[in-house]
Amino acid sequence: MSSLTSAKVLAPIGTAGKLFAFGLDVARGLFKRPFQLREFLQQAWFIASVTIVPTALVAIPFGAVIALQVGGLIKQFGAQSFTGSAAVLAVVREAGPIATSLLIAGAGGSAIAADLGARKIREELDAMMVLGIDPIQRLVVPRVLATMLVAVFLNGLVSVVGVAGGYFFNVVLQDGTPGAYLASFTALAQLPDLWQGMAKALVFGLIAAIVACYKGMNAAGGPKGVGDAVNEAVVITFMLLFVVNFVMSAIYFQLVPPKTG
Amino acid sequence: MGVEIKVDGLTKSFGKQLIWGDVSLTIPAGEICVMLGPSGTGKSVFLKTLIGLLKPDRGSIVIEGLDIANCSEKELYEVRKLFGVLFQDGAMFGSMTLYDNVAFPLREHTKKSESEIRDIVMEKMELVGLIGAETKLPGEISGGMRKRAGLARALVLDPEIVLFDEPDSGLDPVRTAFLNQLIVDLNAQIDATFLIVTHDINTARTVPDNIGLLYHKHLAMFGPREMLLSSEEPVVRQFLNAQRVGPIGMSEEKDADELAAEQGQELPPLPPIPLQIEPSNGIARRSQRPPGDWCLEHGVVPPSGSFDQNMSMSTGV
Repeated sequence: MSSLTSAKVLAPIGTAGKLFAFGLDVARGLFKRPFQLREFLQQAWFIASVTIVPTALVAIPFGAVIALQVGGLIKQFGAQSFTGSAAVLAVVREAGPIATSLLIAGAGGSAIAADLGARKIREELDAMMVLGIDPIQRLVVPRVLATMLVAVFLNGLVSVVGVAGGYFFNVVLQDGTPGAYLASFTALAQLPDLWQGMAKALVFGLIAAIVACYKGMNAAGGPKGVGDAVNEAVVITFMLLFVVNFVMSAIYFQLVPPKTG
Repeated sequence: MGVEIKVDGLTKSFGKQLIWGDVSLTIPAGEICVMLGPSGTGKSVFLKTLIGLLKPDRGSIVIEGLDIANCSEKELYEVRKLFGVLFQDGAMFGSMTLYDNVAFPLREHTKKSESEIRDIVMEKMELVGLIGAETKLPGEISGGMRKRAGLARALVLDPEIVLFDEPDSGLDPVRTAFLNQLIVDLNAQIDATFLIVTHDINTARTVPDNIGLLYHKHLAMFGPREMLLSSEEPVVRQFLNAQRVGPIGMSEEKDADELAAEQGQELPPLPPIPLQIEPSNGIARRSQRPPGDWCLEHGVVPPSGSFDQNMSMSTGV
């Protein structure tokens, strides 16, 4: 009985360990030749095509909400001229990577998990291994790299669209001046903000793709298993991404001192 | 030429549940073997263990001097090039056309030019009767066609060992008969070692040189076809003749009460042993033995009417 309980308690640790081991396998597969360029390009295109429009549509209200919230607050302090920098900070540092990660996990990750899960239960992955081809090298590595690449691009998209959305709401709806919005850009924001946003997007893409591939490749129990795998992949990715986002932000603040305007 | 597979003391369990234990057998090079067993006795697990997709708990599987139960991943990927495997549903890659599916192993493993690949692919497609369906996607064709396409892909690298996972499941009797003939013809042609996992009695009675029976977590018997077909062993006899009387029940094993109730029930006589399917060109396979050879050699009297040319294919009921 006690061993049964302890087995249940320790099960999540085992799963975490397996996920980590899978990540290491992928890292090893990265250096195996030949590199699957075709698969990589196809996947990058596929992931981009399922994420670009939703990301843009999420980014506009995201930027607008930040502009509304921060704009209202700053007005009470009488520091309207800083609205622009506040929006940039919020969008580029946090909203960009977070919105990117949500879309990458929700649209890209679920598609990857469903695809690999369906291949797993149709025994395609077994067939591939039997044909002497490592599915990690052949299928997973290109997907992971493609997701990372697309995540970085999406992050840029969210930043641009978010800042533009913020500009629109600040200038058109809140009677801010365009000059003040743009001028305050550089007051608090700095170049490393952009780098850390991209670094975050890269790591988020990596995590989302690895979790999705792991869950998809371990789907079991028929069509329902694929559904479960997709569901678990998205939930686990979300949880991981928010934790990692917090850790990376904390590290960033330690490494890069905030600019004093 | 075919390669011998030597399995020794193989044991596999999932968690605490034993699938089968201590399975030892030698699959002779170039011969056709059938692995039989009631549903859920781990026949497919056995097949997957043979190709190293599942690791056994104990025991060894030796192919060309390499123990694939305990070797490195790299060696495993190398030795798998000897194998061709036909999966239950064909396991075709859903995103590729049949042509690309069959060409896939060639493109991955050989440096052949596209025109050479085309020749080989078309030859294999013709062999399984799929000419004209090259541009179809696996989702657009019937299960039987998918199976045949899977067979074409399994054969494309000229394997030394071909494994079939239930080639006859989901096929109508006519197609099953054609497929069985195709299996025998293929064996005559490429001389590879064949292992067929099935629970179709007709296939088991007429196709193989050797039969194995997995039952109740162990290998009940493995040996030449005529040995099992003339065997009085209750499990073997019941299964190979598809009877209700015997130790096998609806759920794996009958309990003591059910067995007691069957006490004294007259067992129907063993049905005659059918002739083995011969290659369609009439030239005997290398591993083929004349009908009745084993029985004669071991002093076993086959059931009356055995090896009759005009015997009906039905099993005794």
